[in-house]
Amino acid sequence: MKIYGVAFLALCFLLGQAIGRYLGMAIGIDGNVGGVGFGMLLLVIINDRLGKKYPMLQETKAGIYFWGSMYIPVVIAMSMILNVKAALSGGWVAVIAGIVATGACYFLVPVLSKWSKSRAKVS
Amino acid sequence: MEILEPIFAKNGLIVAFLFVGALMLLFNWFSKNVLNNRIPGVALAILAALVIAYFGGEKGIASYPMFAGMALLGGSMLRDFTVVATAMGASFEELKKTGLIGVLSLFIGVTVTFFLGVIIGYGMGYTDPVDLTTIGAGACTYIVGPITGSALGASSDLIAISIAAGVVKTIFVTIITPIVAKRIGLDNPGSAMIFGGLIGTTSGVAAGLAATDPKLVPYGAMTATFYTGIGVLLCPSVFFLIIRFFFGG
Repeated sequence: MKIYGVAFLALCFLLGQAIGRYLGMAIGIDGNVGGVGFGMLLLVIINDRLGKKYPMLQETKAGIYFWGSMYIPVVIAMSMILNVKAALSGGWVAVIAGIVATGACYFLVPVLSKWSKSRAKVS
Repeated sequence: MEILEPIFAKNGLIVAFLFVGALMLLFNWFSKNVLNNRIPGVALAILAALVIAYFGGEKGIASYPMFAGMALLGGSMLRDFTVVATAMGASFEELKKTGLIGVLSLFIGVTVTFFLGVIIGYGMGYTDPVDLTTIGAGACTYIVGPITGSALGASSDLIAISIAAGVVKTIFVTIITPIVAKRIGLDNPGSAMIFGGLIGTTSGVAAGLAATDPKLVPYGAMTATFYTGIGVLLCPSVFFLIIRFFFGG
């Protein structure tokens, strides 16, 4: 049943949200710290640990894959509801800060990747 | 029109499915047949979506009652739910391999972005430590900016600028990522995790990676999702103290 997969996904999602919320409270922020990340970790870890003993049925997986494949349409819908006009009229400081500060980080991607690879080789 | 409008308004989410599906069909066709796949159809569709949003209002196209359902499809609930679902394709071994460097990339990303944002703000005439911190935080993400600004008591126009900076960042990342992906070696799970940690904006990272290679989305999104949390943690506290030390106040 596909709904089993969807329900399992919902469980990981909600547990992740709860962990993120508690972590936020613990460090004094009224918000969710990494809730999505915890949800993903739960899904991957539970799937990895339990999957070896009790592999998920194809049909169950299909329920999760469906929502995963809806990701891109959701991003397109999200792009359509952003306040693009305000972003462009926020003045040059917003545009320059948004682009330059981010652009710099792109240069760091290969630097860190290289460092990560060389470290992996040593260990 | 008189008959269609109430049907559209009542079934917002369904209308959104149809509209997004049609948009993707159109741009995938265009990418394949006109551009020979040089620019991914998804990237074109996202760009078109941003243009459409420009002609909407504060809520983009969802400002029109006929398309209000777009806010549900593109809202945070379904966004986060579908992002978590993408983890189904991720391998636990890959995650473990990049774990530590992923965390490191988060701290480097937030720190570099914040201080560059502050320097740019200073260069453009802002000198107040609260204003500078708010601008730097806005350069991180459009959530870190307003949270930091309101925590420090910044004025509302500064908070608007910080949101704008974050939105510009998201748009920039969405468009530029598929273009530069090859040059920065963004073609494997490890570099996708580092990328997510350095850049941070979950929506931008995921959209950019989706247009680059959908298989990389879960890895980038996984680290990026912690970025806002770390930014919200550091900007109004440690970083503000550093800025106040240098700029007085």
